[in-house]
Amino acid sequence: MKGLLHSRRTQWVLLAAALSLPFLARALEFSFLTRVGGVVGLLMLLSLGLNVTLGYVGLFDLGFIAFYAVGAYATAILMRAHVAAPLAVLLAVALTVLIRFLLGLTILRLRGDYLAVVTMGFGEIARLTFNNLDALTNGPKGLQVRPWRPLAFLGAWKPLEFVRKESNVQFYFLIVAAVFLAAEASRRLEDSRVGRAWVAIREDEVAARLSGIPVREYKLLAFTLSAVFAGLAGALFALWDQFVTPESFIFWESILLVAIVVLGGMGSIAGVLLGALILGGIPLLMEATLSPQWIDYRYLFFGVILVLMTLFRPQGLLPSARREAELSS
Amino acid sequence: MLTQQIVNGLALGAIYALIALGYTLVYGILAMINFAHSEVLMLGSFAALGLAAFAPAAFGTGPLALAGLFAAGMLAAGALNAFIERFAYRPLRAVSRLAPLISAIGVSIILQNAVFLWVSDQSVAFPQPIAIRQIPLFGGAQISSLQAVTLAAALILMALLHFVVEKTRIGKAMRACADDLEAAGLMGVDADVVIAATFFIGGALGGAAGVLYSMSYGSTKYNLGFLPGAKAFTAAVLGGIGNVRGAVLGGFILGFLEVLAAGYIPNGAQWRDVIAFSVLILVLLVRPSGLLGEKLAEKV
Repeated sequence: MKGLLHSRRTQWVLLAAALSLPFLARALEFSFLTRVGGVVGLLMLLSLGLNVTLGYVGLFDLGFIAFYAVGAYATAILMRAHVAAPLAVLLAVALTVLIRFLLGLTILRLRGDYLAVVTMGFGEIARLTFNNLDALTNGPKGLQVRPWRPLAFLGAWKPLEFVRKESNVQFYFLIVAAVFLAAEASRRLEDSRVGRAWVAIREDEVAARLSGIPVREYKLLAFTLSAVFAGLAGALFALWDQFVTPESFIFWESILLVAIVVLGGMGSIAGVLLGALILGGIPLLMEATLSPQWIDYRYLFFGVILVLMTLFRPQGLLPSARREAELSS
Repeated sequence: MLTQQIVNGLALGAIYALIALGYTLVYGILAMINFAHSEVLMLGSFAALGLAAFAPAAFGTGPLALAGLFAAGMLAAGALNAFIERFAYRPLRAVSRLAPLISAIGVSIILQNAVFLWVSDQSVAFPQPIAIRQIPLFGGAQISSLQAVTLAAALILMALLHFVVEKTRIGKAMRACADDLEAAGLMGVDADVVIAATFFIGGALGGAAGVLYSMSYGSTKYNLGFLPGAKAFTAAVLGGIGNVRGAVLGGFILGFLEVLAAGYIPNGAQWRDVIAFSVLILVLLVRPSGLLGEKLAEKV
């Protein structure tokens, strides 16, 4: 099992499986499945981002969704200013990274739960600011984004003709590619000098410092890098949904991300991806499949699942090999 | 005008302080953020509502009704909090620090949705056991009878808590556990009992706050707890989480901040929470362990 998870081949098999989802959805005439896939993919992207700070370095961030919001709003505003979409994405990611860098510069000397509260506060400040700055964000009514069909050219090829009109499928492919790249980047970071330093800080900050690791710089690096994932996810979200409102960025979303990383397995890429699939997919699939009589119960079920999963797998679904070795020793 | 704002700030701050105490008591011992605390206070208010609906004749109006609502809200919330601790947190206590947090989130979702599904998905009118009237104070300010009750109840409960923590056997055990859980256990303190008691006391204070909060709005709802819960948590951190006096101080500061922001800043009501959170961040940047928090070395 462990060998299977870390084999390079598994990665390509999973990518192929993910890419075939729209075709499966088409064959089953259940196009909602592609949409679910896209939403789960964005959650995976965000969770991989949070995994860099919370999973690797152990920085407890309760406001990660704010950076998703920054990416989404920046993209929407740039698109409205008639910037070309790819450039808008690039600028939005850069802005997200910059803001997170500046925030990290000021707050990273806080420890543990104090950091959690400050990030929560920042998350709420960001959401309320987007909500109140009518001139820039159109307040609670939200911003409309002009349509962008990134993969329409695929339709030129006969078997993929249906892709031309389906923005869900096009964005699904983009999101899958982004998740794949993010996972690959995470894996490389994890196995690098930087990744080992991060884990050392997570496990024992004092010992890490005494071993000559510049703790402050490495924390800031992780904190800043995670914004790339969040900003990209936000940009894709804005372009896909063509509509951005403050409501998408509530505190609950930040909490969900923390739950995904912890329940998936802190610092474990496979775990985080599985966590996002389960915790993100369950409510959506229940929404699509439960009978009307039970549909209102979906969040209740979700809560029960969350508690049971925590009680039975407190170390996470697929704990990282390194962490498991530590916990069992 | 300013005196009036101070009165309003005191009344609001008293509610935040009561809730903040629930967070801080638990945190002091377990270093755990009890995310389900906001739902505990919500259920406290529903328990009180249930009592009033069950026996409207006895618990409709008057001082008996007031006492009954408080008793029902506090007992139910306290018992619920202890129950949650027993089944959702205790099994995870030794495992990791983040696991109980996630199960707390799950419990919070369950409780909200249970009320949403089986009680009401709308706002429900909350009994008004005392006649609302304005009592004039000095300087042209007024205090409503409701605010007076809120302040009195909060002060009594805080005095009671102070007594329990400082003067009783269980209070001593609580302080010992907060100091060092393991060492307290080795000295013969039954940590499970102390933690259960702490959750009960914190929950009961939250239940009282839930009753006061819904009384001041005249209604209650399944998601009533979220906002005051999140803010009180902020207040607890502002004061220095784990510190009982800090929680009270933080609660009152937050109450004042909100009232003053809404009263004196143009568009203040809209930016009220932004201001509150900004102050929190600024305070923590200057004093990284909160106003009264001890400067502890990170546990290694």
